[in-house]
Amino acid sequence: MLGKLSLSAIPFDVPILVGTFLGVAVIGLAVLGAVTYFGKWGYLWREWLTTVDHKRLAVMYIILAIVMLFRGFADAIMMRTQLALAYAGNPGYLPPHHYDQIFSAHGTIMIFFMAMAFMTGLLNLVVPLQIGARDVAFPFLNSLSFYMTLVGALLINLSLFIGEFAQCGWLVYPPLSEMQFSPGVGVDYYIWAVQISGVGTLLTGVNFFTTIVKMRAPGMGWMQMPVFTWTAFCTTVLIMVSFPVLTVTLALLSLDRYLGMHFFTNDAGGNVMLYLSMIWTWGHPEVYILVIPAFGVFSEVTSTFSRKPLFGYNTMVYATCSIMVLSFVVWVHHFFTMGAGANVNTFFGIMTMVIAVPTGVKIFNWLFTMYKGRVEFTAPMYWTIGFMITFSIGGMTGVMMAMPAADWILHNSLFLIAHFHNVIIGGVYFGYIAGMGFWFPKAFGFKLNEAWGKRAFWCWFVGFYLAFVPLYVLGLEGMTRRMNHYDNPDWRPWLLIAEAGAVVIALGIVCQLTQLYVSIRDRNLPENLDLTGDPWGGRTLEWSISSPPPAYNFAVIPDIHGLDTFHTEKQLGRRAHNKPLAPIHMPKNTAAGAFIGAFAFILGFGAIWYIWWMAGLGLIGIAATMIMRSANRDIDYYVPVSEIEHNEEVYSRRIAAAQAAE
Amino acid sequence: MKAGPMKKLWRYLPALPALMLSGCTVDLLQPRGPIAEMNRDVMVAEFVIMMFVVVPTCIATLYFAWKYRASNTQAEYLPTWDHSTKIEYVIWGVPSLIIIALGAISWYSTHAYDPYRPIQTADNVKPLNVQVVSLDWKWLFIYPDLGIATINQLDVPTNTPLNFQITSDTVMTSFFIPRLGSMIYSMPGQQTQLHLLATESGDYLGEASQFSGRGFSDMKFRTLAMAPEEFSAWVEKVKSGSENLDDTTYPKYSAPQEAAPVQYFAHVQPDLFDGIVAKYNNGMMVEKTTGKVMHMQSASSAAPSDTGMKE
Repeated sequence: MLGKLSLSAIPFDVPILVGTFLGVAVIGLAVLGAVTYFGKWGYLWREWLTTVDHKRLAVMYIILAIVMLFRGFADAIMMRTQLALAYAGNPGYLPPHHYDQIFSAHGTIMIFFMAMAFMTGLLNLVVPLQIGARDVAFPFLNSLSFYMTLVGALLINLSLFIGEFAQCGWLVYPPLSEMQFSPGVGVDYYIWAVQISGVGTLLTGVNFFTTIVKMRAPGMGWMQMPVFTWTAFCTTVLIMVSFPVLTVTLALLSLDRYLGMHFFTNDAGGNVMLYLSMIWTWGHPEVYILVIPAFGVFSEVTSTFSRKPLFGYNTMVYATCSIMVLSFVVWVHHFFTMGAGANVNTFFGIMTMVIAVPTGVKIFNWLFTMYKGRVEFTAPMYWTIGFMITFSIGGMTGVMMAMPAADWILHNSLFLIAHFHNVIIGGVYFGYIAGMGFWFPKAFGFKLNEAWGKRAFWCWFVGFYLAFVPLYVLGLEGMTRRMNHYDNPDWRPWLLIAEAGAVVIALGIVCQLTQLYVSIRDRNLPENLDLTGDPWGGRTLEWSISSPPPAYNFAVIPDIHGLDTFHTEKQLGRRAHNKPLAPIHMPKNTAAGAFIGAFAFILGFGAIWYIWWMAGLGLIGIAATMIMRSANRDIDYYVPVSEIEHNEEVYSRRIAAAQAAE
Repeated sequence: MKAGPMKKLWRYLPALPALMLSGCTVDLLQPRGPIAEMNRDVMVAEFVIMMFVVVPTCIATLYFAWKYRASNTQAEYLPTWDHSTKIEYVIWGVPSLIIIALGAISWYSTHAYDPYRPIQTADNVKPLNVQVVSLDWKWLFIYPDLGIATINQLDVPTNTPLNFQITSDTVMTSFFIPRLGSMIYSMPGQQTQLHLLATESGDYLGEASQFSGRGFSDMKFRTLAMAPEEFSAWVEKVKSGSENLDDTTYPKYSAPQEAAPVQYFAHVQPDLFDGIVAKYNNGMMVEKTTGKVMHMQSASSAAPSDTGMKE
């Protein structure tokens, strides 16, 4: 009846987990209680949980990403603390069974549920606004994508309190992840969490690809697209090509585990090399899926705050596209040590190095965007400059490891860990935070606090170097990743410094939370309010409408005459359109996404624990909701002209008020 | 004179990293063999070459940001400038040239030091064959030509090419002796190869560098490099022991074990390693001299002696 599930699956005996559970329960109950107390359930359901508005989905994605950042970071600081303690016979406070779950969860959560969710959030918030669209191509699918991601995140976090998580690293390499060596439910949690969220990501890819291809405002040709939209476009292509590979790879692993097949098992013809090749065919493009939109953010931020157009727009576009293509011919560099021939290794090594060329070009483009500009040191600009320095160093260590002869000693060492945190924190995370600061006023109508933003930056920047430079050294000292304890006295001081770095990063996160709190508290101060919808003197279309924008974004779809049309028109003093208003066709909110999400959760949970009636119920529920949704013809409505006129009038008055205040 | 001590401190600052590292062993920078030397040289060469771009880029980032800060109204401001063909040539050209240079190094070093390429010493020393089996969570070393085996300790003569054949009798992991250089995966049912050489006597750390489960952190071994005479004496010592490693005792010794102690085996069954590989290939193995796939049983009956197949 309950499959593998029994009371013994609940880790009462692990005080850390019991404490975490109590913490989560208290916070959860407090949130639910607050919503009930203030009578906001109806509002929450109607306006947020069933929304198909890309801007609101964006906010929910980013909230999810921030919550997952806490979880992922808690894992990180626990690992650092373990290694600061577990020296010379001291076992530390995390036995391997727990520690191995933590490092597996840290990677999985940070990549799939922090970075991917954050990236999708930024795409949702910005892309339709930048191309002058009123929503994405498939608004319902967009809501569904969010729920798939959310369900994945819920499942992976549920593994904390019911059962266990995988203990095989964030890519669950077989044969370790096969039934023979990992008979528990940990790997199944991984598979179902990643598979379900993967569906969401793939749908997001299709959705935004279609949106960008089909829904650009009239006159916006490919080379008039803002750079962030270009990077979003490249990312969606990468998602559409690579995520099916991930889905198939994990499906084959599930067949091994659930039906006793032999794709990656030790015996009966299974082959681990196949898994490595397949998972990295997805895995390498994945890191570009994350970092390319960050490049887009930096491009927008640098040009806006340097008060100049982006240097070398064409070059930037070509560089982005070539990175997109090249990212598919480098995956073998993740296993130069597998015994491939010299020609194979050389080819993939050189291809990897070639990616450094367009990436380097981008750095120079940002450099020359600042050159002869008027650089304003806002918090997003801090993150950008911090990125340019940190990413240059991370790129360099990446090229070092692209050389097979060097990778043969650096592979799987802490040098590698330092490298990819160098580019993921210094590139992806700095980029997303810069983007969040930059577009926050667009989403909410007020700015984030600058002082706390800069404090957060300094903590992250300094904390990053403190935490990861020691890891470079440890790699050179021969320390491999995923160690639980050690007895080499040379490693100890560096691990202590790294622990200190993690604490400084923790302060950075505290600063970010404070920033949110202070910003919300002071949102009505005149210096924080964004009345004009254009708080930074922006160049692209999202700044031409009110903050927050109305549900339909644009009262009148703008005509585009070139790159940065909005900026050009501002220079020419033309701001108001004079086209006649017409009723706007918009999608209705729907609960179908939430229901499919709930059933997917039931399906996943049932399958993880071998509770087959439950899994079947989930599957039937998904199919039934899909059919009901498809049969529903009442999915759209028109915004009447009177309402648009009213909104426009309010917006005009706010602009007038802002001008009067100046 | 207030700035005096401060100034002195700054003068010593560049020496700080060296100071912190003094007395420490930085395995990858202090090689004890030609392969590790090559690994290090390639790595250092790359680092130095790339510093020519990374350092100017970082300096230019800070300098441009500071010089063109909004408050510096003295600086030139070109609000519409967004293109310069000359600069574009440079920013595509310089990275391309560097990558061409690094690509050349890559091509050469990957081929010349391919882990599968046997090492030849000037005086044509006969290589030592070692068969490596990764187990849960320990390393088995079989010396097929000497008929002995060890667990968690690898003794090797100096200045002798070491030919490793590597496989796994459990999950995949990676065989790595940092001070001797390159690592290679060990995989069940596969035979990978690695060629190393130790130039100096010493006690070097050997490790599993691919996570392999619960006992991974203690899955390490000492690599004892010693003069050939000492090595011969060690071999005699091992041979004088009483433990045997064959099909009947192997299951006992290969059973999962954490932080396993060192063990010596005076006799080892000649086809043990091939059997471990064949186990995961339906009993099939590749006959080394002919490259033919044949059944383990017929392979060992065709080549009864451990001198290998005769033509």
